[in-house]
This record gives sequence, structure tokens and C-alpha cells, in this order.
Amino acid sequence: MTTDSSITIGLLLPDVLGTYSDSGNATVLAQRLRWRGIAAEVLRCTASQAPPTGCDIYLLGGGEDTAQLFAASWLRSHRALCQAMDRGGVTLAVCAGLQILGHTMADSAGRESPGVGLLDVITRPRRRRAIGNIVTECFLPGVGQLCGFENHRGATTLGRDARPLGQVVSGVGNGSRPFGQQATEGALSDRIIGTYLHGPVLARNPALADHILTRATGAELPPLELPDQTALRDTYL
Amino acid sequence: MDPAALSRLSAGRRVVLVSGTNGKTTTSHMLAAALGCLGPVAHNASGSNMADGAVAALAERPDARWAVLEVDELHLASVARRCSPTAIVLLNLTRDQLDRAAEVRRTAASIGAALAGLPDTTVFANADDPMTVWAAEHAAGPVTWVAAGAEWRADSLTCPRCGRLLVEAAAHWSCGCGLARPAPSWWLDGELACRAESCTPLSLGLPGGVNRANALMALAAAELESVPPGQAAAAIGQLSQVAGRYAAVTRGRHTLRLLLAKNPAGWAATLSMLSPARPLVVAVNAREADGRDTSWLWDVDFGALGERPLVASGDHAADVGVRLSYADLAHHTDTDPLAALEWLPAGDVDVVANYTAFYALQQQLGAGR
Repeated sequence: MTTDSSITIGLLLPDVLGTYSDSGNATVLAQRLRWRGIAAEVLRCTASQAPPTGCDIYLLGGGEDTAQLFAASWLRSHRALCQAMDRGGVTLAVCAGLQILGHTMADSAGRESPGVGLLDVITRPRRRRAIGNIVTECFLPGVGQLCGFENHRGATTLGRDARPLGQVVSGVGNGSRPFGQQATEGALSDRIIGTYLHGPVLARNPALADHILTRATGAELPPLELPDQTALRDTYL
Repeated sequence: MDPAALSRLSAGRRVVLVSGTNGKTTTSHMLAAALGCLGPVAHNASGSNMADGAVAALAERPDARWAVLEVDELHLASVARRCSPTAIVLLNLTRDQLDRAAEVRRTAASIGAALAGLPDTTVFANADDPMTVWAAEHAAGPVTWVAAGAEWRADSLTCPRCGRLLVEAAAHWSCGCGLARPAPSWWLDGELACRAESCTPLSLGLPGGVNRANALMALAAAELESVPPGQAAAAIGQLSQVAGRYAAVTRGRHTLRLLLAKNPAGWAATLSMLSPARPLVVAVNAREADGRDTSWLWDVDFGALGERPLVASGDHAADVGVRLSYADLAHHTDTDPLAALEWLPAGDVDVVANYTAFYALQQQLGAGR
């Protein structure tokens, strides 16, 4: 957390990982702070730049196979950023972003490659791509149901140090269900929230946005009423 | 449908396919107008752009020696293999309906594989779009590069061939692997369509820089069929609407201008066509033909609209409304685009709708007249 009152949001590789309009999550976080009178700054960190390491929030989005490999090697080559994500701030990683932060990942042809290793998950290819609207019951306290759109070929398995973000109500989610257990979606560690939900996820799920903002600011945030938000959630839930 | 129908109906004719993510319908109308100087042209004018639409268009005009067929980019490979086209016009390949296409790069790869098997087909390809260049460089036949512009490059900042970050310098782009913007044979200089020999003035009835680029593509392809560029430009200049797009329709106290945009690249082009401060209706559906995923709304620069009377509409009016709120734009919300007009002052209104929202609105307007 920064000592001044402004919150810094690091949007990592919007030029590489933006296939599912993931930069919308940065817009949502920044606006929800500004509307409450809290200053917010979005740092767009493209591949040719040295990444910032002092952000309160980091965002990673989704991308196609080649972009995902590039993003993983870019992150591995910036150790200071990885350490910053591991030890400070809150990180939201969506789709390819989730896979990249794990130990290993595989492309649609099954070729395995190393991830960054900040999340205790591994990802293997599924036989069929998971595409469609998804609803989950989120395990984070007070967040409730999450809705979003998933479009991935990854089957993600959680290790001992990761917990799922939610339980699947409809849709596929992590897609690697241990026999006899409920299907789960996403992965959590102390500082990282990983999910397959885009849409972007924070626009559809303001409670998740506010969960991240509460952690980043350390403050109780007053509720926000937005026109159309209830109707939007009614469309999907 | 008889699987051999397409090859049987194409036999003995000069068939030109027009494909890409955006501009297919408009460019195919332009090319059909230009080739119309030569004689009857079979054309799937309504935008029915899968194999059955191509078959219907060919069957309807057995007398036509020429055919201009708009083809959905996901169906281009299979249609091209069956109808042995004289030429293929490849406009651009960007993100659209990812729930159906999965990856833009995969679409480009399938098109490239088809082009590799068509040695007698001339390809007219957009030199400014890396994804299109990568697809077209697989072509076994001749390729004519056309600098048709790429207002939206966010889907191809990494090299489609090798995955490295592309090096950008002004309009030129290149990669260490060797993929680079080819020198174009056709380019735009303001309102002029140019090639080494000469320039042809364009005088279009359709708005926007993107339509000058579409006209450039049509001119290049028409020239292969020996239509002189000046003659082609004159025919293209007659178009003032395309399958109802760009048309002005009066309804009560409003005159609506109907525009279709269905993905971030299409919206980037459409934003530049909107009149400043004119009231606007944004209608978005997410039915099968639109793609079920509305995420792309977040890659549209709605902030550029500025203050104006604004209505969020369509089946997914609430998605649009939330998006507009986060862009700090006050608006009304009404799922019915015609009911939404009640919120707007009398006079001209721009309506931008995506695929099924556009056609639903056209039907509503037709029924009301």
C-alpha cells in the first residue's frame, strides 16, 4: 500500500493481454475510487516499458496462445515485478493471466511451457474449448455470485497453496474436477485472485471490484449505486 | 444443400470472393457495382455470407459471367476450395465473435492454408494489417498488396507468425522473423486512389475513411477484370447505402441514420463517421449471429463520444448502459431502440447497432412505414 492517498493500478501488458477487453477492469477500479473521492491512477505498462513495482493493484488479462507465451517470458524476465506482486499489492489475473501466474501451462497443441510460479496451479489443455456464460458462488466473504464469460482451453489444477475463487453454478470453470468433488473456478493465494471470468469481470461483479479496492485502500468503502447495474446482473444471473 | 452445388454453379464463371472481419458487405457491393460495367453480376447482396448464400446468389443469376460473393471469414477456406475463384479480396482480420472463432490467428491460419492450394487465384490483401499479410503470404497465386489501412491494430501487436512484438515505425511494421509490411501496389492519397501508373479521384456517397479504403480494394480487384479505375470509381460513387447501412430513414419527428458496428475495429471506424454532438442510439444484442460475449464493448472508446443525448438499447441495453456510465456519459436506457427515440430531441439521430439489432430495427422501421 502506498503512503499517499492515491491508489495506483498497474495494467500489465494491455498491448499483449487484452483479447477479452480486460483493460475494462482497470477502468472499473479507477472509476469506483474516483466516484468515492479517492484519487486513482492507471499505469498502462506495455511490453517495451520497464514495469512499475510499487502499485497497489496489478491487473493481467487474457490473450491468444502466442501472446500468452510472450507475456510469460516477459514476466519471468522482470523479477522485481514478480516479487512486487508476490509481496505487495493485490493482483487480479484473468484467463491467460491466471495460467501464466501458475507453475506450468500448455498451449492448445499440448506443448508445455513454464509459468511465473506465483500461484500454486498448473494448466493442461482440455479436449474441448470451454466457451460460454458462467456463474459461480464466490468463496470470498460478502462477494456473492459472480457472472462472466469464459473462453479457454485450459484445465487448471490447484495445488495445496491455492484455494478456488468460487464454486461453479453453471459453466465449466477450472475444468479439472477431482472425482466426486464440485466443479470449482479460479484460484486464490494471499495476494492474487485468478479467474477465467472475463466480461470484464469487475464490470459485471462490482462486489468483487470493491473487495479488491477495500484490500488496496484498507478502508471501508461506501456503497455505490449505478444505473443499469441491477438489470445487467439480472441479465446473467 | 448439395455439397457439389457451389463448384458446379461456379464453373465457367469469373468468381471474386470478398472476405475479412469488417467491410465485406460494403466492399462486395462496391465491387459488384464496378463489375456491373461489364455485364450481369451474381451477388449475395443481402449479406447472406455462408456457402448457402453463395449458392443462392449463383443460382439466381445463371446468365451472369461474373460473381461477387461476400464470404464469412470463418467459411472462406471451405468456400474458396469449392469455387476456384478468380480472385479473393482479403480486407482485414481482427477480433469478432471469439465465442465462435476462438482465436483470430487460427482464422488467419485456416485462410492461409486454403490460399496455399489455389495457384490460379489472385489475392488482393491489405498490406497494413499484419494478420492479413501473414494469411496472404501463404498464397500459391499472385498477391496484390493494397494499403487499405488499419485503424484498429490492438489485435495484432505481436507477430502472427512468431509471437514476438512487432516493430512499428509510422505506417510501416516489421518483425525480426522477416514478416513485414509489403510495399503496396495501391494506396490512398487523401481522396485519390493511387497506383504507380496513375491516381483516380474517389467521390463516394458513403462516409468515412474506412469506405475510401473499401473502395480502393474494390478498384484494385475490378482492374483485374479490366474495368478501368475511373469507370469503377464512377460506379462505386453511385452507392449511397449498402443493404440498408448508412441509409437515412424518417420516423415521426426523427430522421435516423443507420450504421452497423459489431466489434472494436468496426466501432473505431464508425466513431469517426458520427456527427459531433448528434443524438445517438447504441443498440447491442448478443444472439448467436452477434456472438454471445459482450466483452468487446469495453474496447470501444465511448469516451470519445463526448456529451450528447445518448440512449443504450438492444437486448443488452444494460451492458451498454453500464459501459457508458463508466465512461462518465449520462444516458437513458431502453431495450427497444424505437421506444428509445422518445428520449431524444427532434431532428437527426445516429443509430449504431450490431448485427441482429440492426436487422431487427430495419424490420421494425419497415413495418412502421
